Amino acid sequence: MRGYLARKTLVYSLTFVVAVTLNWLIPRLMPGDPVQRMVARAAVQHPETIASMTDYYERTFGLDLPVWQQYLNYWAALFRGDLGTSVWLFPAPVSEVVLDAVPYTLGIMIPAILLSWVVGNSVGAMAARSRWLDNVALPIGYLITAMPYMWLAILLAWGFGVALGWFPVAGGYDFGLVPQWSWSFALDLLQHWVLPFLSLFLVALGGWAIGMRNLIIYELESDYSNYLAALGAPKRLIRKYAFRNAMLPQITGLALQLGTILGGALVTEIVFAYPGLGKLVLSAIQNQDFFLLQGTLLFVVIGVLLANFVIDIVYVLVDPRTRTGLTGATA
Amino acid sequence: MTATQPTAAPGTEAGEQPAVTGPAVSGGRKAQGDVRETLYFALRNPKVLIGLVVVLGFLLLGLLGPLFLRHAPMDYAGPPMAPPSADFPFGTTTFGQDVFAQFVAGLRSTFLVGLLGGGVAAVIGMTIGFVAGYRGGLIDELLNMLTNVVLVIPGFVVLIIINAYLGVRSVPMQALYIGIFTWPWVARAVRSQTLSLRSRDFIDLARLSGVGVGTILRREVAPNMYSYLFMTFVLLFGGSILTAASLDFIGLGPTNAMSLGLMMNQAVQWSALHLGLWWWFIPPGLGITLIVGSLYIMNVGLDEVFNPKLREM
Amino acid sequence: MALAVNDLKVWYRTRRGDVKALDGVTFEVADGEIMGIAGESGCGKTTLGKALIRLDTRMKHVGGTVVLDDDELPLADDAAMRRHRYREVSLIPQYAMSAMNPTRKIGRMIRDLLSAHNVRYTEVLPELERRLKLVGLETDVLGRYPIELSGGMKQRVVLVLSTLLNPSLLIGDEVTSALDVSSQKAVARALVEFRDHGFVKSMIVITHDISVLFQVADTILVMYAGHLAEKAPAKTIISDPLHPYTKMLIGALPKVGDRYEEQQLEGIEGRPPSLLEPPAGCRFRDRCPLAHDKCAEAPPFREVSEGHHVACWAVS
Repeated sequence: MRGYLARKTLVYSLTFVVAVTLNWLIPRLMPGDPVQRMVARAAVQHPETIASMTDYYERTFGLDLPVWQQYLNYWAALFRGDLGTSVWLFPAPVSEVVLDAVPYTLGIMIPAILLSWVVGNSVGAMAARSRWLDNVALPIGYLITAMPYMWLAILLAWGFGVALGWFPVAGGYDFGLVPQWSWSFALDLLQHWVLPFLSLFLVALGGWAIGMRNLIIYELESDYSNYLAALGAPKRLIRKYAFRNAMLPQITGLALQLGTILGGALVTEIVFAYPGLGKLVLSAIQNQDFFLLQGTLLFVVIGVLLANFVIDIVYVLVDPRTRTGLTGATA
Repeated sequence: MTATQPTAAPGTEAGEQPAVTGPAVSGGRKAQGDVRETLYFALRNPKVLIGLVVVLGFLLLGLLGPLFLRHAPMDYAGPPMAPPSADFPFGTTTFGQDVFAQFVAGLRSTFLVGLLGGGVAAVIGMTIGFVAGYRGGLIDELLNMLTNVVLVIPGFVVLIIINAYLGVRSVPMQALYIGIFTWPWVARAVRSQTLSLRSRDFIDLARLSGVGVGTILRREVAPNMYSYLFMTFVLLFGGSILTAASLDFIGLGPTNAMSLGLMMNQAVQWSALHLGLWWWFIPPGLGITLIVGSLYIMNVGLDEVFNPKLREM
Repeated sequence: MALAVNDLKVWYRTRRGDVKALDGVTFEVADGEIMGIAGESGCGKTTLGKALIRLDTRMKHVGGTVVLDDDELPLADDAAMRRHRYREVSLIPQYAMSAMNPTRKIGRMIRDLLSAHNVRYTEVLPELERRLKLVGLETDVLGRYPIELSGGMKQRVVLVLSTLLNPSLLIGDEVTSALDVSSQKAVARALVEFRDHGFVKSMIVITHDISVLFQVADTILVMYAGHLAEKAPAKTIISDPLHPYTKMLIGALPKVGDRYEEQQLEGIEGRPPSLLEPPAGCRFRDRCPLAHDKCAEAPPFREVSEGHHVACWAVS
């Protein structure tokens, strides 16, 4: 078990280093003088702002320093929690802007991921049980997984928001309200949350259901299932075992799909103008605010890595094979 | 990054977990006659047929459609916000652009990005997987580490950074970047398949007779995995399309081409939802869903074709 | 008489037609008898083993009866068959190495299985522990996961588990083929011991390894292409085989431990006939040095001396 976690930790640390390095490197691959380009792209009018931005970029990029020192400085700043200053919301620090947006993204992502996982697994297990249900559920599942996240979001916004008027279609809360701890505000938050959540939930659902169905069918054909059947075990017991064992790859799948679902959350937020990280990414791109963009994305990477690590620990707890060591044989 | 592996089992670290719907790689070399037999069964499998017809239909529309159109995608061709009519089968945008013309042009980008993105990812993933699985030892350790690192990095995020900084002018460029970040699960699957094939007798025989690694991989390992590799490519094809659509939608798509993602981006940006211009945003998303969904369903059918055990049931 | 099989036919459904893997076999297994089945791959021995306990999805019961302890087994009815499994017919599968759920502790799995048969785990536990010790296992294997056990240990756990409710008939399919020689011997000994202790009334042992048959079997049944060729006490089969196929099968085994699948049978040219549309008459005819006109007619499986049955026109 320790070996398993140690290996995982190594992979995540390496991944972190690679991600940060890419984040540092890519802006430096821009053709021409990056500072001039960025200031020009930002299209800010105030000479004062331009001067302070130029100064700031030059200091931060430290282009006069040797490359290795630039790189080390970047890491040092990172560990101080300094992700730079937003150009778009100048002079707000990027880390603050990002932290304000994080709750919204987590608020739709976590329930969508967990619920779609639970519901999808149940639907998949049911589909593996009956041929009729399987023939209906399978094509639907594949079509849902094939939907671009933003398209389902657009359809929901149009159908339930614009056409039926049941839910608001933009923002995290009504623009007329001031954020506060009150029932009416909470209700308003909830109303704005429903459609983005539903959209993310539905697209993710199909994949889990299909995965579970395939895994269960595979488990039901496995040796231990056949042996139990030969020993007269009832279908109920065999299915129970198959379901439990099929859950294990689905837990790993959760880790692997995080990045995908996260991408989905970003574009879904953009459709609903939901004030999470996705909207931040869009605003950063539209305003050429590269510090904000990089900061947001770095934050996302760290989040994904942490979540992966948590999932790995859960996996160790549920799969005895990782605990006992794979070599097994003690005799 | 959108769901790239709906059917492949996410391989667990803790045990040899074969790809769930991946075809069982049969031992021994496939005889030439098998190709004809596979085709025979493929063309009689309803899932393969339906999938193939839908995908080819859209492909033909994308290839031949522009020849019959009077307007370029961005031309201000008619009255603004016109609903579908004989002149404009998919209606027009707020600026009077022909949505059908945009759709047809977008189909071309979609197929191109699927083909190239899927191709790049397949080549990288298969090469790394083959070599890691076949060579084993330190090379395997290193390649495996690389695979795991790229697997954990949220590729979509890196793609955003790359596209934002370096700019992506063309569809092939976009496809290349997508391919670079979507290969890891292919590498993992191919590696474990290669590992299991490596231990078979016929590989030993080839090795004993002093044939080079490349030749063995090409002549002995690959033929036994063709069906698996083909299905993998189909999944990558669909995945690339979805990823590209998301990038285009954020506004990080190619600057010199029309695409289905860009259509959705413009529709949302110019309030098509609030104006009720459903003909603007429904076709591009529906097109992608049908193409990718058909690919997935075709894959399920192919699995039944390649895996005789499923076929006989 | 424990088991009476009468004209049993079990075919495989395939796209190209029915494969007549088991095409009318009739034999008996007495109380306390360990009967080994020998024959090349595809002779129907594995099909026979499966047919007696659980048909797989592609197999169909075409005809014939199986009577165990005066009860006819409803082979084709999976649900009705369930009552007979484990308590009356049990199995040690070919895949014993992977037969146990990898994510359940062994004791827990046994508990689940027993409660599905309305047997209280705690009541059986003392006997379970006694039998584990008998095959040389510590009782703490019950608290372990299958992956923690070696191949030989898993094989022995499966043996104990499969026979825990003292079945009338145990089918052992390739019980030893995955093991090294010393584990093979231990498992073979355990099989005989279990019969001697009365844990199992009679056994059918199917194996590629004919030396294992000599070690454990009282009688040996030789099959060829879905038909029976010869059945006799193990000693008689070695010392005095009558069917030409048996003679070649034995003759093709210069040393104990050789597996007859892997080598060309001495003097036997050709291969067994296709079972999609097998020829009428004796199925060994094409490869038989003694074949004559009469062989176009299927030879009956006759008792030529006490307990010695042969299906061959050349033997009278």
